[in-house]
Amino acid sequence: MTPKPQRPAQPGWMVTPVGAGPVARFVVLSVVAVVTLFILVAPLAVILTSAFAQGVGVFLRNLGDPGTLHAMWLTTITALIAVPVNILFGLAAAWTVTKFEFPGRTLLIALIELPYSISPIVAGVAYLFVYGSQGLFGPLLEQLGIKVMFALPGIVLASMFVTAPYVARELIPLMQVQGTDEEEAAVTLGAGGFATFLRVTLPNIRWAVLYGAILCNARVLGEFGAVSVVSGNVRGQTTTLPLQIELLYQDYNVAGAFAAATTLTAVAVVTILLKMLLERLAGDEHPSL
Amino acid sequence: MRRSVIPGFGLGLGITALYLGVIVLLPLCALILKASDLGATQLWAILSSPRTLAAIRLTVTMALAATIFNAIYGLLLAWVLARYQFPGKRLLDALVDVPFALPTAVAGLALTALFSKTGWFGGPLDALGLQVVYTPLGIAIAMAFTSIPFVVRTVQPVIEDLGSDVEEASRSLGASDLQILSKIIFPSIFPALLAGASLAFARSLGEFGAVIFIAGNQPMKTEIVALLAFIRLEEYDYPAAAAIATVMLAMAFAMLIVTNTVQAWQLRYLGRGNA
Repeated sequence: MTPKPQRPAQPGWMVTPVGAGPVARFVVLSVVAVVTLFILVAPLAVILTSAFAQGVGVFLRNLGDPGTLHAMWLTTITALIAVPVNILFGLAAAWTVTKFEFPGRTLLIALIELPYSISPIVAGVAYLFVYGSQGLFGPLLEQLGIKVMFALPGIVLASMFVTAPYVARELIPLMQVQGTDEEEAAVTLGAGGFATFLRVTLPNIRWAVLYGAILCNARVLGEFGAVSVVSGNVRGQTTTLPLQIELLYQDYNVAGAFAAATTLTAVAVVTILLKMLLERLAGDEHPSL
Repeated sequence: MRRSVIPGFGLGLGITALYLGVIVLLPLCALILKASDLGATQLWAILSSPRTLAAIRLTVTMALAATIFNAIYGLLLAWVLARYQFPGKRLLDALVDVPFALPTAVAGLALTALFSKTGWFGGPLDALGLQVVYTPLGIAIAMAFTSIPFVVRTVQPVIEDLGSDVEEASRSLGASDLQILSKIIFPSIFPALLAGASLAFARSLGEFGAVIFIAGNQPMKTEIVALLAFIRLEEYDYPAAAAIATVMLAMAFAMLIVTNTVQAWQLRYLGRGNA
């Protein structure tokens, strides 16, 4: 285990800092350890033990349930569409607000972050009033025979709403610090816009893009509130994995619900591990960040 | 606008505006439009109904309780991560991200299993006469779980950046630990703590997945606002759903103004500290 490099700005301590005494240290660490064990570790542990409570055979059978398999497939498709689109949006948004000065820039940044503060349920309800049969475009879409609500397009759109800020949020602060000098130099030397982006900007932000994409992916896979409104929750058709967990739970199939939950828990654990890895990679390249 | 040699402004702004317009703004406008169809009297009738009021009151109270818990626990957690070296520190740091990475439905399922009468915590608590599942306490616990990282990740960098000079100076002048904590350290981290807590509170107000598993969802007793909006939709009572969702949207905007103000204050505070 390598200790975190000390910031150069922080001088060595000449006296014992507050809370560093053995008693204070022991008390604070114990309180944090116990509470963490109860509220952060126990939920993870209970998922695994409940999923495997009746043995590996039952777990695998639960995992192979057609409804659960279909939900996994639907959730994967949703992520495969929503995440790349959000990466493109994040890149475009971050490029626009960090490389240029223009009126309304602050407002644009606020708008990019807006979905973060809105409840997923509100997002779902709002989508219903656009594409649902009671909504703005609902009747028109019905005439054209296009189904958005209670189908894949609705699920994808709602997932995009809740995760819209994820990539942009990682990129904007980083690109703000990096400034525009390197791009200006590249353009002045005759590089085209696309070449500049690809050869100058992208190498500087690649870990942040990946990091944002991983967080975005985790959220898309796990989104519950917004999707439960727009999907209509049609069994075997529009249930994503989190919805399938609830359906199984309501059917009193707790073991099945926990089996389905292990897959999302595994994604969460991988997400956290990748986050740690990327932080180290990015930290090596940008020690100041 | 300052002219830039870098190309791509039009394209970037075009994509950004189009995406935000279609994905974010259009639905929100449609929602507000639907709610404004109602007219003031009808809107008031929906919102002032006992069931809506009870749901709003419950949601706000439990979000507040969860936030107070997280302000204390999150502050301690951030303190430990920023100032102590101990085995397992990286693991603890990683655990802080669990509530963000774990889907809320999975969290809700796990918490319900833990606190049900047959669960690891529910059994002993039941023997003490304390029921968590299907009570407001369960709602507060679910909200607290999902919003822990907000406080930790806002406060942690500020504690890490606290210089040692002021603390050492006050120590050499004879200040006690308690005096240093209350007069020097706490005032420096308070703006960040407030910013993190308001983010956590905002998140708790809108939380759905984790809460509905553990809440029991009884009208007037353990029904949160988000669930009431969802139920009205399932009953095809679209006007009521629109009205409740609009109130939630208004609460989110209000919290957005609060968090932005607090964060701006925190940044100014940090800037002054570094100067």
